[in-house]
Amino acid sequence: MKTILTGQVLDDTIELTLIEITEACSLSTEQIVELVKEGVLDPIGEEPMDWRFHGTSLTKARVAMRLQKDLGLNLAGVALALDLLDEIESCVRS
Amino acid sequence: MDFRDYYEIMGVNRDATRDEIKRAYRKLARKYHPDVSKEKEAEIRFKEVGEAYAVLKDPEKRAAYDQLGPDWEAGQEFQAPPNWDAGFEFTGDGDDHDPSAYSEFFESLFGQGFRSAQGQRTGRGIRMRGQDHHAKVLINLADAYRGATRSVSLKAAEVDDSGQITTKQRNLNIKIPKGVSQGQRIRLAGQGSPGIGGGQAGDLYLEIEFEPDRLFKVEGRDVFLDLPVTPWELALGATIKIPTPDGTVDLKVPKGTKGGKKMRLKQRGIPGTPAGNLYVVPQITLPPADNEAAEALYRQMEQELPYNPRSEMGD
Repeated sequence: MKTILTGQVLDDTIELTLIEITEACSLSTEQIVELVKEGVLDPIGEEPMDWRFHGTSLTKARVAMRLQKDLGLNLAGVALALDLLDEIESCVRS
Repeated sequence: MDFRDYYEIMGVNRDATRDEIKRAYRKLARKYHPDVSKEKEAEIRFKEVGEAYAVLKDPEKRAAYDQLGPDWEAGQEFQAPPNWDAGFEFTGDGDDHDPSAYSEFFESLFGQGFRSAQGQRTGRGIRMRGQDHHAKVLINLADAYRGATRSVSLKAAEVDDSGQITTKQRNLNIKIPKGVSQGQRIRLAGQGSPGIGGGQAGDLYLEIEFEPDRLFKVEGRDVFLDLPVTPWELALGATIKIPTPDGTVDLKVPKGTKGGKKMRLKQRGIPGTPAGNLYVVPQITLPPADNEAAEALYRQMEQELPYNPRSEMGD
């Protein structure tokens, strides 16, 4: 029998907890907290345990993690690279 | 299987120092990093470079690779000599590399030592949540408009009872809901690696990637179509049949529309809340003046239509 699986689309309407995003990115909670401190991720809520991340944060966190690992960037460098990538994207659009 | 010249891939000499190799790697990694690069085949190049670096940065692997000799050429048919790695001990570098990310050539040389080193790390008698998996799924634009079912085959490393890692293939049929956009992820809970020691299974994350479309460009949920038109269709107005990812529609072009001016078809982009728009950009094409009659018509326009397209440029 052919089973068809249905997943959940992670868009802006989906909110992930700190634990969920940590597991999905294979990052430690400390690393996610650092990404938030650096302004790379922008969760809703005050305390880390109340944080809710948009589904799109997952993509950002994973790119950040890869840039850090593959290019040896520090977090400030990652944040800068991500901002510049966003800027290039919006330049291409307009 | 083809021989891979890791020195050539990295663009360094065979006697390069570790620092030189690291510098070369960083430079190439920045150039070809799939998240950053706009180069063609960046991902393939990035993987090659990563594999070359994994060998050359590790003194043990590099020494073993070097003893194959300098006479091999890239692409040459290669088979690892029997017991070629006798006397070398590969410890694995502790990275969570996906074994399927490396070439057959690499696997033939370092595969086993590499894997058993990983197996030891994961084979302890502890309870652990299974790993999450990430994969890309290619869909076309029409799928995003209507939804689709895709069969995805995943190769994943699994730990067997003896703590060894084996590669297993799984086929899953997955529903792609309508309204997904480029780069979006779909989470399938529990479809990642099984947990270890009774731990919870990991999740599977699918990243949506659009196949390049011949006609349409996509930005978020908005879709763009360059529409070739004649000068008179724009000057006089016309009703033109245009393709959309969801079938043909009639587009009314008002009289006096300018070439290159975006026309918006509300909510005819990728569905969703809010749905995207379809933008049609008329591009004027000229019929060639390649026969007498056509030339006469152009001459007549030249004489009877006083028009200076450069009037705003001054004289």
